[in-house]
Amino acid sequence: MCEPRRSIAAAIFALLCMGIASASTTVVHDTTLVPYTVVNGTIPRSLTAVPGNPAAGLAIVKNRKLGNCIACHSMPIAKEAFPGNVGPNLKGVGGYLSVAQLRLRIVNAKLINPDTIMPAYYRVAGLTDVAKKFVGKPILTAQQVEDVVAYLSTLK
Amino acid sequence: MRLRPSPLVIVATLALGVLFLKPILVTSQTTTPAPLSAYQVGKEKSGFIYLDAPLRAMQNDDFSNPGYLWVQKGQALWSTADGTNGKSCQTCHSAAETSMRGVGARYPAYDPKSGKVIDLEQRINEMRVDMMGAKPYKWESPQLLALTTFVKLQSRGMPVDVTTTGPAHAAWVAGKTFYDTPRGQLGVSCQMCHVQHAGDQLRSDTLSQGQTNGFPTYRLKWQAVGSVQRRFRGCNAKVRAQPLPFGSQQYVDLELYVASRGQGLPIETPSVRR
Repeated sequence: MCEPRRSIAAAIFALLCMGIASASTTVVHDTTLVPYTVVNGTIPRSLTAVPGNPAAGLAIVKNRKLGNCIACHSMPIAKEAFPGNVGPNLKGVGGYLSVAQLRLRIVNAKLINPDTIMPAYYRVAGLTDVAKKFVGKPILTAQQVEDVVAYLSTLK
Repeated sequence: MRLRPSPLVIVATLALGVLFLKPILVTSQTTTPAPLSAYQVGKEKSGFIYLDAPLRAMQNDDFSNPGYLWVQKGQALWSTADGTNGKSCQTCHSAAETSMRGVGARYPAYDPKSGKVIDLEQRINEMRVDMMGAKPYKWESPQLLALTTFVKLQSRGMPVDVTTTGPAHAAWVAGKTFYDTPRGQLGVSCQMCHVQHAGDQLRSDTLSQGQTNGFPTYRLKWQAVGSVQRRFRGCNAKVRAQPLPFGSQQYVDLELYVASRGQGLPIETPSVRR
């Protein structure tokens, strides 16, 4: 008597898991970009085989033609006297957001909040009137995304 | 008995003097600073409110406002005949101070002749072609900017009063759609910066509501007077979108929508902006 009941319970559990999985897991294929899987507001897996480099990430964050993060965010960086306040202060962000959460926020924060002004740094499809020289190019490469994520995760 | 000027004569002389001075005063006056509340209607705030005190003072003093160089050039063009018909603007419209009062506040507006909404620049060019037999001025040319600035100045202090209903409604809707659509590689819409984040800091710049009641405006960054459409192109480029050509209908529709957001704000042309 026990066996069938257990197997039914297992089947229900499996179905539930599939339900949750189909509701919260999305595989994103964006043209030629590295595909990634979004799970519960995170991208658990690195976009690249090479671990992110925090020092390179800091340079990208400060570079106005790459991350330009200071335009909107206050960050604990010396000599950046006039940060913007469009986005939240990122001091300590590595303490309350995991690497996987940070990765989704850099790749495409609009998947979390469609109305956010935060640009999707690793996206090509579905954009409108992109200037010719940027067509087909994400703001950051996959490796640059990993570098920025690695840098942000050091802000604890 | 010596003749002494009677008080009446003195008053009459002064009055005559004022009459002669009036044409100068009309186009070149030091406006009494209006209270800041005059630059806000409901939640709509003119870019003037986001300026610091020295720039407000620069705008309000016609002698230090650099936009006045364009006004003077426009004033000269107003009465200069051009084209095959030997007419100037003044030939038909006489004094701009009277005939153009309030006109700038109503544009962009539906134009029955072309069957679409046109902006003030296009209206001026339409007149040049149809009435004067002259060539249209090029977009963003010194002449078109000067004449537009001069005509719009005649509505200074009057409330923005564009029509968004009737035959203009479709253009207004198209303008709103453009305004709300994320664009460019950064995927940022006009609305995100100028509604959601108006008042926030982008580095050391304060994001304004992007109101257009002061256009054409003297912009310090340009060191020149420029049109609303030049500003649109700059914003589009900033979000890495392809700027549209000057005079494109999408921009004219956007001009109408943005003007309607600031309905009731005072015309400030030529305003001074950063």
